[in-house]
Amino acid sequence: MTKSDSRTSRWNEFFIRNKRSGGYLLKKNIMSVGISFIRFILLFGMCFMILQPILEKISVSFMSLDDIYNPVVISIPSRFITDNYVTAYGGLRYSDGFINTLVASITVAIVQVAMCTLVGYGFARFNFPFKKFWFACVMAMILVPPQTISTSLYLHFRFFDILGIHKLLTGETINLRNSTLPYYLMSLGCTGLKNGLYIFLIRQFFRNVPGDLEEAAYVDGLGTFKTFIRIMLPEAKPIITSCFLFAFVWQWTDVFYTRMFLGGKVFLSTSLSGFADGIGSYVGNAQGLGAPIQLPPAQVDQLLSTAILLVIAPLIILYLFAQRAFVESISSTGIKM
Amino acid sequence: MAAFKRKKYVGLQKRKAVSGYLFISPFIIGFLVFMISPLIQSFYMSFCEVTVGAGQFDQVWVGLKNYYFAFRQDASFPQLLTQGALDMFVYTLAIMVFSFFVALILNQNFHGRALVRAIFFLPVILSSGVMLGVETDNAVMSNMQAAIQASTSTGTSITETIQIVLRTAGIGVRAFETVFEIIDNIYDVAVASGIQIIIFLSGLQTIPKSMYEAAQIEGCTAWESLWKITFPMISSIFLVNWFYTIVDYCMRSDSAIMKKIQGVMILQLNYGLTAAMSWIYFAVVLVFVGITSALISRGVYYYD
Repeated sequence: MTKSDSRTSRWNEFFIRNKRSGGYLLKKNIMSVGISFIRFILLFGMCFMILQPILEKISVSFMSLDDIYNPVVISIPSRFITDNYVTAYGGLRYSDGFINTLVASITVAIVQVAMCTLVGYGFARFNFPFKKFWFACVMAMILVPPQTISTSLYLHFRFFDILGIHKLLTGETINLRNSTLPYYLMSLGCTGLKNGLYIFLIRQFFRNVPGDLEEAAYVDGLGTFKTFIRIMLPEAKPIITSCFLFAFVWQWTDVFYTRMFLGGKVFLSTSLSGFADGIGSYVGNAQGLGAPIQLPPAQVDQLLSTAILLVIAPLIILYLFAQRAFVESISSTGIKM
Repeated sequence: MAAFKRKKYVGLQKRKAVSGYLFISPFIIGFLVFMISPLIQSFYMSFCEVTVGAGQFDQVWVGLKNYYFAFRQDASFPQLLTQGALDMFVYTLAIMVFSFFVALILNQNFHGRALVRAIFFLPVILSSGVMLGVETDNAVMSNMQAAIQASTSTGTSITETIQIVLRTAGIGVRAFETVFEIIDNIYDVAVASGIQIIIFLSGLQTIPKSMYEAAQIEGCTAWESLWKITFPMISSIFLVNWFYTIVDYCMRSDSAIMKKIQGVMILQLNYGLTAAMSWIYFAVVLVFVGITSALISRGVYYYD
């Protein structure tokens, strides 16, 4: 039997079956093809919509200024140039900012996730008085906009003092405003950026881990903390990884806390937020004029797109490799209220 | 014997309670020091005239003056507040609908599902923090978009025609206008719904397949099983997502009201007024969350 024969026989068989089912089979097949076609168009459109700004930025970043003013050139530059990247790299002070941001993001993420894991485990596995109250506090903390407390936090750390001891001794309070210490203290106290969310996620995860292992460990005489470290922590690797990634990424792009507490140093996020205003003076200095020059608005926008690309490039690379860790652990928590 | 057992149990429970408190103690300390005390202080400050001098700051009690100023004398605050609350409602609803819809699609089996899921989750990473603020007004980008649109469209677009038809129908024009506005800003909605999609998806995957099969054999259409099975089974997820969406929306630093508050703090250096305004905003958000969550939690169905 040749190949075409088998195909025709399969068609014949299909039509016989279709006849037997009273036309239902054909209708169902057409429906499913139609549905997957519509689904493809919908999803393609939406994915394109999400990716479009990045693609546009990439094409703009390689354009020369002539290409931008040229109405014929729309998305593919007539010649590829990398000058924008050089300028944006310098304007962002990328090399300093990258190191600072990387160090801060990693350390802050580690501290925050370690603390949130402890707290989340405590909420998931132990019964103690006022547990509901404290958990309500976690939820309330998620709700408080950081702007509400920003003023008093600012003053709190501007005139920092522990119970007035320092003022008693030296007559002055400590100005912690330009040091990184306050933010690490806040991270230690689980009150950093979106920490309530991490506590919530980690608690959900631990609640779904079966308790047998833990009980066995208790019976064998392991203390609660050691049980946590040796038995439960390895179980919780996926959620800890994803919370770490979230903390890292959100810290990377955060402006609010960074500007408030880490103001003294160069960070990618803060220099990006002031990029459009500062780029003129940077270019002026780079050309040896010593004075800021007025760049055409189109060029500022172009450089800004390039700068955005530079800032998010490490995150995109991270996401490409750790995509599963980001997405799957959230689904594994089985969130319910 | 019994008494001994009971005492032992109490002892273990006590020990567990103590270790529980030890585990959450970082949060308690942090919450009291960095959350409660600034909250109280900022609440107090909202009734004060605050001046920051060299080495110290003074608070002078002025009563409700700051609140009075925010509502009666500030030109833009009341409008921004009502607009912000309305936007919050509309956008939370839109994000919920959109993310539920996308999650339903992504829950089906097709090739490239993981890729699509990854793309939908991408904005969670890329559109956070600073990116929200700097991305909005970029003339080159919008020019480019307009050029692409002009080069691809053939005169009239379908959505525009539909909009015109619906407008001329004359019924419920204001409701339509809201829908049109959301459709025009569908990018913002899509960008804000990454986490919600994943949460919905995880909820959808916990529904046993056997339920749908049983319903199908009994003659239930897909539409009916959506309402009779899917909705009740994931109604608790709706509550979670609603909560998350509101919080996420009102934390966004690029909203007009947040910008206004930060402007008052940084430009006018009026800390008392800043505190008053942010407390008003916080109260509005709290009331909104409270009412809507209470309404939704009435409809939540717990299977187990």
